[in-house]
Amino acid sequence: MIAVVLLCLAAFLVIGVFGAVLARSPLGTPFVYGASAVVSAIAAIVGLMALARAPSTLTLPLALPWIGAHFRLDTLAGFFVFVVNLGGFGASLYGIGYGRHEKAPWRVLPFYPVFLLALNLVVVAADAFTFLFAWELMSLTSWALVVADHHGADNRRAGYVYLLMAALSGMTLLLAFGLLAGAGGSYSFAAMRAVPPSTGLAAVVLVLTLIGAGSKAGLIPLHAWLPLAHPAAPSHVSALMSGVMTKVAVYAFIRIVFYLLGVPSWWSAVLVLALGGSTAVLGVLYALMQHDLKRLLAYHTVENIGIIFIGLGLAMAFRVDGAAVGAALALTAALFHVFNHALFKSLLFYGAGAVQTATGARDMEHLGGLIRRMRFTSFAFLIGCAAISALPPLNGFVSEWLTFQAILLRPNLPQWAFKVMFPVDGALLSLAAALAAACFVKAFGITFLGRPRSPAATEAREVDGFSLATMAGFATLCLLAGIFPGVVIDGLVPVTQALLGAHLPSQIGLPWISIIPVAAARSSYSGLVLFAFIAATTSLTVVAIHRFASHAIRRGPAWDCGFPDPSPATQYTAASFAQPIRRVYGATAFLAREVVHMPPPGDMGPARIEKSSRDLVWDFAYAPVVRAINVSATALNRLQFLTIRRYLGLVFLALVGLLLTLVLWQ
Amino acid sequence: MAVIDAILVQVAQMALVVALAPLLTGLVRKVKARIARRRGASIFQPYRDLRRLLGKEVVLAENASWLFRTAPYLIFALTWAAAGLVPTFSTNLAFSGAGDLIAIVAILGAARFLLALAGMDIGTSFGGLGASREVMIASLAEPAMLMIIVALALMAQSSQLSTIAIFMASPAVGLRVSVALVLIAFAIVALAENARIPVDNPATHLELTMVHEAMVLEYSGRHLAMIELAASLKLLLMISAIAAIFFPIGLAASGAGSAAYGIGFVSYLLKLLVSAALLGTFEMSIAKMRVFRVPNLLGGALMLGLLGTLLLFISRGL
Repeated sequence: MIAVVLLCLAAFLVIGVFGAVLARSPLGTPFVYGASAVVSAIAAIVGLMALARAPSTLTLPLALPWIGAHFRLDTLAGFFVFVVNLGGFGASLYGIGYGRHEKAPWRVLPFYPVFLLALNLVVVAADAFTFLFAWELMSLTSWALVVADHHGADNRRAGYVYLLMAALSGMTLLLAFGLLAGAGGSYSFAAMRAVPPSTGLAAVVLVLTLIGAGSKAGLIPLHAWLPLAHPAAPSHVSALMSGVMTKVAVYAFIRIVFYLLGVPSWWSAVLVLALGGSTAVLGVLYALMQHDLKRLLAYHTVENIGIIFIGLGLAMAFRVDGAAVGAALALTAALFHVFNHALFKSLLFYGAGAVQTATGARDMEHLGGLIRRMRFTSFAFLIGCAAISALPPLNGFVSEWLTFQAILLRPNLPQWAFKVMFPVDGALLSLAAALAAACFVKAFGITFLGRPRSPAATEAREVDGFSLATMAGFATLCLLAGIFPGVVIDGLVPVTQALLGAHLPSQIGLPWISIIPVAAARSSYSGLVLFAFIAATTSLTVVAIHRFASHAIRRGPAWDCGFPDPSPATQYTAASFAQPIRRVYGATAFLAREVVHMPPPGDMGPARIEKSSRDLVWDFAYAPVVRAINVSATALNRLQFLTIRRYLGLVFLALVGLLLTLVLWQ
Repeated sequence: MAVIDAILVQVAQMALVVALAPLLTGLVRKVKARIARRRGASIFQPYRDLRRLLGKEVVLAENASWLFRTAPYLIFALTWAAAGLVPTFSTNLAFSGAGDLIAIVAILGAARFLLALAGMDIGTSFGGLGASREVMIASLAEPAMLMIIVALALMAQSSQLSTIAIFMASPAVGLRVSVALVLIAFAIVALAENARIPVDNPATHLELTMVHEAMVLEYSGRHLAMIELAASLKLLLMISAIAAIFFPIGLAASGAGSAAYGIGFVSYLLKLLVSAALLGTFEMSIAKMRVFRVPNLLGGALMLGLLGTLLLFISRGL
């Protein structure tokens, strides 16, 4: 099995070479994306098959001569290979149509297949060297795609910040693996797993992993690069970065914390729970304040990563107390959300790309009314919005429901920290879900509903067939995963079994196709029955109304309380829609302030409103670091302009100092 | 046999909730009118209003999209489906396994999502205003609702509404402080969810404080009828949920005879009557809040829910 995956990766490399050669010919775009789609489809099927099979391993004499490159496709890797290539397949298919509008395809085509390769390689790597190589390759290729459109200063800055954060992430993971290998001295995962580190060392590794994988995934406060970099790339690459690359980071976290480290300490579970909860809520609050559609979606990825980490934190908490079933439930919820988020975030980015193609605008304040010009796109985007807002019977609801069930399962763990953290995380999760609904009412309402706010939005045209087909496919998958959640849960059984030694009961055979995570008396949910139920009530309503009510319909101008205003500028804007939420939550989260300056009575001058808000994470986590680096760099700068005598003196002093230390040490 | 029984109860309940929902609204209005020393309209007036709306033509804004036209049906159908999952006179519902309390809240959330979108479709400032405030209030109400569910699930070891109702009817519960706290929190959330005073005023038009009415301003005819009926149904649903959880007296269990169903039905009618009187009295004795004071009220509900949960950790008896 692993050999097939590696062959797929080689194919990606070949496609990348062809991409570089063909980049300037009109054949390049359809060839690169079409071939990538085919290879991704094959790899996705292999990943799916790996779920039902024993792990397969392979060692190739590549990389460092005395280490070799280890690859392993176990159930966890199989699941993530599936998710990665599902996203890759969608993005490639979408790219066939979307890529035609690319102004400089030679900046995208060579890197795109290699990015897919790197994403897969991280997942199948089974030693630290291969893993870190793949991780850095993933960072570099995605960086190249982020700065593909390098004309805007914003994009260049996004690329710069991204590169810095990627370096931080790679460095911390390098240290983490170094510590893990230290005990056994071997770089392969199998050897690391055989010799688990001591408690203190495990704590350091966990924190390093949280920084390394968390910064790639977008955990607050390490998220700063994400909402800059994801929107800067072409839309299908944004979909890959948001929907897939963050999931690969989640994979890295699971691989290290659940597979290599063994049972965590209780405080690390509390740390992950706290980070997950605050990331979920802050991420969606940031998203609500955006008026750039793609940046809104990118911030929303931060929220969903928070939800996934809540699930992972719950699984860790259950593991601390040896409650294997609870851990399996929480991990299933987290992995289900990984799958779901890959689906609907890709779908939403495809929709945003379609809007950008049709109107040339990403700023919602210049959009509006697109539902009448782009029927299919708007419908698919609506499905995505409903799914990400966790509305039944779609898939987003199921994974959040499972997370809630894990929270409700046993808040009676012995540790007081868990007793408090579980309900608090539940409240944060539902706050995030409600705010997500608000956010997507805004995203859909301002972009697609209302009256067009610019000429470009008035003349928007529906996009090409490839884009539409991709969006339709992903929207269907969102619905199917919501109606038949038992299939996904059963698919995750081998993953949790391999990692935790426990799994949820089989769901497919249950009557009414319902899912019962623990016991029927406790809770059950049936997407299919609910869907059928809602469909039945809807059709009953429609039939009854059309049978008994008047059919008369008259088109007229909008009522608007008798004073309709012809100017579309009088509609609610993205900023005004978010104003109540900004006022309620923003005062503490962003120190948002609004001051109204009224002219004195009798003065006919206009009143002014001043709004201010601060990004506290940037102010308190990043700005001090930047300042410290600047100050120390200025101080060290003097060393550059010394005379040769002083340099020699410095060398001499350093030598003496080192020897003294050595002597004193012994 | 038991399955057929449950399906019959389910069908009866679906018919019952739709039939009773306008009556409940009429009752509340009547109580409010009597307290204001007016005679008030007949309690059957909402039925007449619905018939009148159904017979009228729809005046549709020129730029209304398909979403605007389909939303009323979906909103009503979603609310109806949610109401079908809440025990009214019996816990023996065929579909109660399809969703727990979280799912019911989420279905109502889906209806609200559509309503907010429909409010924004025409592109008037009133619609946007209503939608924006509605989602703000929902974002406050939902965490409070979840804390309530956590506290209830902690007591009953289940988030399934029927199971909670059966547990609350059992003598194992006794008098608990947590139950009282959760009841208050639930009542506050129900007021907010149903756009009642002090959060919103269902009787106003042309007032800058309106939320729900601002979203449905552009609706007319049969569409408006659907939305009005859905609003009545949601009120009935919330009252049924409170009654089933906190006052599960008379709820017919599964396998009970037809006499038990009769008792359940009569006691359900009585519960509706009492709650309509209480709601009307409460609404008449309090002023509407400014929009930006609503967070304090709902934050209070959240804190009550959290307090109820934490009390359950400290003591089995509280």
